[in-house]
Amino acid sequence: MAKCIITRLTQGIIVLLVVSFVCFTIFQYFGDPVLALAGRYATQAQQEEVRSKMGLDKPFYIQYSIFLKNTLHGDFGLSYLAQIPVLGLILERLPASIELAISAMLISLILGIGLGVIVSLNPRYFINRFIMAGSLFGISIPTFLIGILFIMIFSVTLKVLPTFGRGGVIKVIGNWRTGFFTIDGLRHLILPAFTLGVYQLAVLLRLTRGGMLEVLREDYIRTAWAKGLSPRIVIFKHALKNALIPVVTMAGLQFGELIAFSIVTESIFQWPGAGNLLLTAMYETDHPVIVAYVMITSILILCINLFVDILYRFINPKIRYE
Amino acid sequence: MISIFKSKEFRHYIKDLSAVTGSLILVIMLIAAVFAPTIAPQNPYDMKGLYLENSLKPPIWMEGGEAPFILGTDDQGRDILSTILYGCRTSFIVGFSVIIIAGIIGVSIGLLAGFNGGWLDILTMRLADVIFSFSTTLIAMLFLAILKNHGVGTIILAIVIVGWVKYARTMRGSVLSVKEEDYISAAKAVGGNDFRIMLKHILPNAISPILIVAAVDFGAVVMLEATLSFLGVGVPINEPSLGMMISTGKNYIYAGKWWLVVFPGAALVLIVFGINLLADWLREEINPKIVKKKVS
Repeated sequence: MAKCIITRLTQGIIVLLVVSFVCFTIFQYFGDPVLALAGRYATQAQQEEVRSKMGLDKPFYIQYSIFLKNTLHGDFGLSYLAQIPVLGLILERLPASIELAISAMLISLILGIGLGVIVSLNPRYFINRFIMAGSLFGISIPTFLIGILFIMIFSVTLKVLPTFGRGGVIKVIGNWRTGFFTIDGLRHLILPAFTLGVYQLAVLLRLTRGGMLEVLREDYIRTAWAKGLSPRIVIFKHALKNALIPVVTMAGLQFGELIAFSIVTESIFQWPGAGNLLLTAMYETDHPVIVAYVMITSILILCINLFVDILYRFINPKIRYE
Repeated sequence: MISIFKSKEFRHYIKDLSAVTGSLILVIMLIAAVFAPTIAPQNPYDMKGLYLENSLKPPIWMEGGEAPFILGTDDQGRDILSTILYGCRTSFIVGFSVIIIAGIIGVSIGLLAGFNGGWLDILTMRLADVIFSFSTTLIAMLFLAILKNHGVGTIILAIVIVGWVKYARTMRGSVLSVKEEDYISAAKAVGGNDFRIMLKHILPNAISPILIVAAVDFGAVVMLEATLSFLGVGVPINEPSLGMMISTGKNYIYAGKWWLVVFPGAALVLIVFGINLLADWLREEINPKIVKKKVS
C-alpha cells in the first residue's frame, strides 16, 4: 500500500514537472512579459532594466529553475491586470469553486448511483425506460445549454430561484467564506450545482445500471437470494459493491471535466469562483493567472486521482499493485 | 449491394427503433447542413442582406412575427433558421474533421504501440493518462486561449491535439488482444513481415471498437466546439456557430426573447442525441467484450 502511494506520488511529481515546463514555455514564447510589465510605452532602456531585474536576460534553463523555485514557494508573480500576487487572487476564489464542485459531485453521485440501482432492478418498467431515455438526453445536452435553460425555466418563467452570484455567505477562517449555512446561500447554489451535475449524473447512472445488470446475473447473487438474505443486503452489499468499480473510476476521471465545466457554469451564473477568474485572464492575456490556475488545478486533480486509487482498494481488495 | 440489406447487422439495425431514429435525425440534419446555402431563406453572414429594423423579431406564429423569418431573428436582424442551418455546417465540419484526423493519428499510433510495445507504448499510455485526467475540454480551452487568431482550422487542431489519445488507447487495447490470436502466429510463421501483418491481419480485426469510440466522440466534439464558441474562444464572430448563437441569445433571455436560445439549442441537442442513439446501438452490436476491457 505504502509502496503504491509512493509510486503514485513520484508519477504525480513528474506530471507536475512536465505541466510546469509547458506552462513556463508558454509564458516565455507567447506575448512578451517585459512589455506587459514595463508598459507599452516604456523606452528601450526601461525595458532593458525590467528585463535584467526580472532575470529575463538569463539563459532558458536558469530562468526555468528560478520559475520552479518561485512556484514551490507559492510565488506565481503579479497579475498583469490587478497588479497583486496571483496566488492570493486564486486562493480567495477557490473556496467558491470547490463548494460548487463538491455539491455537483454529491448530486451526481447520489442521484446517479441511486437511480442507476433502481432502474437496473426492473429495467422493463415504463418509468425506468423513461429515466434511461432521460439519461441519454442528459449526456446529449451541453452544460452551458442546461444552465441557460434552467435560468429560463426557474428564474425567468417561474421566478423561484436566483441566478446571480453566491448570495449570503458566512466567513469561516481567513478568506474561506461558505454559502452552505445560509438559506440564501443554498438557494443560490441549487441551479449552478445541478447545471454542473447533470452530465455526470447521466454518465454515472448509465454506468451503474450497466454494471448492476451484469452483476445481478451472476451466480453468487442467485446464491445470495437463495440463502434468503434481505433484498437490502443482496442489492447493496453483494451486487452494488461489485458494480461500483467502473463507476468509481469514471467519477475520478470525470473530476477534470468537472473542473473544466465549472468554468462554463461559473461564467453563466456569475459565480465568483476561480473558473470565472480564468476566463477573464484568458480574454485579457493575463499569463501569470493562467499559469497559476493550471498548476493549482493540476495538483488538485492529481490528489483526487490518488484518493480514487486508494478508495479502489477498499472497494475491491482483489486489486493488487505491483 | 443487396447483400448489405440481407446481412445480420442490417436486420438488427432495422429492428432497433432507437438506432433508426438516431440515424434519421442525423441524416436530416446533415442534409439540412449540406444544402444550407440553397434552402436557407437568407445568407446570415452577408452583411448587405441584414437590416437592423428586422432585429429581434419573434417566430412567425407569434404576434409580431414576419413572413420570411420562420423562427424569428436575432439582434443583428439575422434569420434564426438560416443561421442555424449554417451553424450546423460548422458543427458537422468540425465533428467529421476531428474524428477523421484524430482517428487516423490515434489508430496508427495505437497500432504501432500495441504491436511493438517498448518506449512508444509507455510514452503514449502515460500521455493518455495525463490527458484523460486533465480533461480534453480544459486543455483545448487553454490551447485556444494562447493562440490568438482563431478559425475553424485552429479549433479542429486544438481538439485533435487532445483527442487522438482516446483512439490510440482503444486501438492499443484491441491490438493487444488480437495479437495473441493463432492466425497472427500463423502469419508470422509463414514469414509475413511486420508491416504486412499489422495492416492486413491486425488492423481489420482490431478496428471495430474504434467505430464506437468515433461515434461517441463525434457527439462530444460537436458539444465541445459549441462550448468553446459559447465561451468566446471558438470560431470567430463572423462565422456561424450554434454555440455562439446561444451565447448571444443568453443576453436576451431576461427580456423574454427565448427563441434566440431555444432553437439553436434544439438543433445542437438533436445532432448529439442522434449520434448518441446510434452509438448506443453500435456498442451493443459490436463485440461487447472488447468494449468492457476499455472501462476496467
